[in-house]
Amino acid sequence: MAITREETLYVARLARLALSDSDADLLRDQLGRLLDYMKQLDRLDTSDVVPTSHAVDMGTPFREDVVRPFGDREAILKNAPDRAGDYFRVPRIIED
Amino acid sequence: MPNPPFHEWTLIEAARKIRDGEISSRELTAALLERIAALEPKINAYITVLPEAAMARAAACDEERARGKASGALHGVPVGLKDIFCTRGVQTTCGSRILAGFDPPYDAGVASKVLASGAVLLGKHNMDEFAMGSSTETSHFGPTRNPWDPSRIPGGSSGGTAASVAAGTCFAGVGTDTGGSIRQPAALCGVVGLKPTYGRVSRYGMIAFASSLDQAGPLTRSVADAAAMLGIIAGHDRRDSTSVDVPVPDYLPAVSRPVRGMRIGLPREYFEGAGLDPEVKAAVERALKILTDQGAVAVEVSLPHTEYALSTYYLIAPAEASSNLARYDGVRYGHRAEGASGLIEMMSKTRAEGFGAEVKRRIMIGTYALSAGYYEAFYGKAQKVRTLIRRDFAAAFEKADALLTPTTPTPAFRIGEKTGDPLTMYLSDIYTIPCNLAGIPGISVPCGLSKSGLPIGAQLLAKHFDEETLFAVAGAVERALPAPGAAPVASAPVHK
Repeated sequence: MAITREETLYVARLARLALSDSDADLLRDQLGRLLDYMKQLDRLDTSDVVPTSHAVDMGTPFREDVVRPFGDREAILKNAPDRAGDYFRVPRIIED
Repeated sequence: MPNPPFHEWTLIEAARKIRDGEISSRELTAALLERIAALEPKINAYITVLPEAAMARAAACDEERARGKASGALHGVPVGLKDIFCTRGVQTTCGSRILAGFDPPYDAGVASKVLASGAVLLGKHNMDEFAMGSSTETSHFGPTRNPWDPSRIPGGSSGGTAASVAAGTCFAGVGTDTGGSIRQPAALCGVVGLKPTYGRVSRYGMIAFASSLDQAGPLTRSVADAAAMLGIIAGHDRRDSTSVDVPVPDYLPAVSRPVRGMRIGLPREYFEGAGLDPEVKAAVERALKILTDQGAVAVEVSLPHTEYALSTYYLIAPAEASSNLARYDGVRYGHRAEGASGLIEMMSKTRAEGFGAEVKRRIMIGTYALSAGYYEAFYGKAQKVRTLIRRDFAAAFEKADALLTPTTPTPAFRIGEKTGDPLTMYLSDIYTIPCNLAGIPGISVPCGLSKSGLPIGAQLLAKHFDEETLFAVAGAVERALPAPGAAPVASAPVHK
């Protein structure tokens, strides 16, 4: 299944992955080959088959919708690559 | 040096010797740390070793025992955990650069249970990055090597755990299995590996790869050890919405349960493929003979959609992974790329720098399979074929109590042999993947060595929540077949 370079770069943008030129070429070839292999599923007629989304049949578990503070905010914040006080700092989102 | 040497003791033996006062937790922990220091340059089974914390906990265990306060089945016994389980205060990387240095703010459900049983945590085991791999070659922290032949892979993605158990640098470990990542390395390292029923063990705090397939389970030196470990880590966890609320039996008695009259199904599709090594086939047939000699009955069964399992898995797992791994964006934790001018560029550069080639490949496949215009053709189709594969197993279990198959098509391959060809690498999981798609339990038990001295594993599969049947059949194989013994690396003298 031929994947174009543009499709590869489009999918990489969706996935938020910056690709080098050589990465893009390699992934285009590998994706094409893998998707070719996966097209074997088209041999099966699944028009009347219900998809499986859970491996074990079980109901949906519910719990009360209660707000609970996490006991140790500092334990979370200390992992931040860049923080300002109790906030995660990121590059500017809205340009001037 | 005791005979057999301490590093060949089973988990249950080690726990008993500590309980009976034959050895202290401090002595045992110190000896294992010494062994880790000597063997790690050869096998690289750990990402993080915790000498100070382990010795402190061992000392606390000894004091508790002296005061008659020892509690828990593994009181004072040194074990390891795959580096996919969050451990508060201990770096948890999932084998990835993007999480190097991450200190989780809480313990995974599995980690809590292992520690509550009294175990001493020696460290965190090496693994394929985000559990994506079949060889533990994709770890950011370098490949793990097979203790039976360091030029070969240990299997993956729980290769660090399997290698550590085989090398005697821990008494047991807990790994995870999304498409065979416990059973495949167990087979290739000559140890026992159990993937429990999906939902049997909590996934809380276990870094997610493919949420509908991931399941934690033990890697051990004996079937009884696997039963003991499952008893410790199994059970409902309200913090995991996929955890199933069913009682946990005492698994240990099942290990010695007779197999007379039990129906052992042989799925013909697992024995017909050209990729099956004749030595592996012969070893599994030997295991079958052992079972029939004990009164089990062999029956042929068919799993007709087996040939579609690999495609199904490699659409569903990457699709779920592409969603799960979206959280690694350099904002709240982990690596962040320098020098980006805007938020999107920062995220894209962070992910490009933080993820390795295999993770990028799977994110790309998954994103493609979920993207507009392709969802039904790929992901939707795969979920329907998954239903057919589940139905195959349900029909097979009408005729058989357990299924017997090879765990892997071949013994351990050489490091680097398959890294250039993803599809060939993916084929090494061909016998283990269908079990995950159906959510049933599976175990790999050693069933011999190849002529070149490499371990071979036999896989057993059973119905949902019927782990006891697996322990009974695996126990029968284990009792009759000579254990593979210590791996050559493990046999090397490392102690003063």
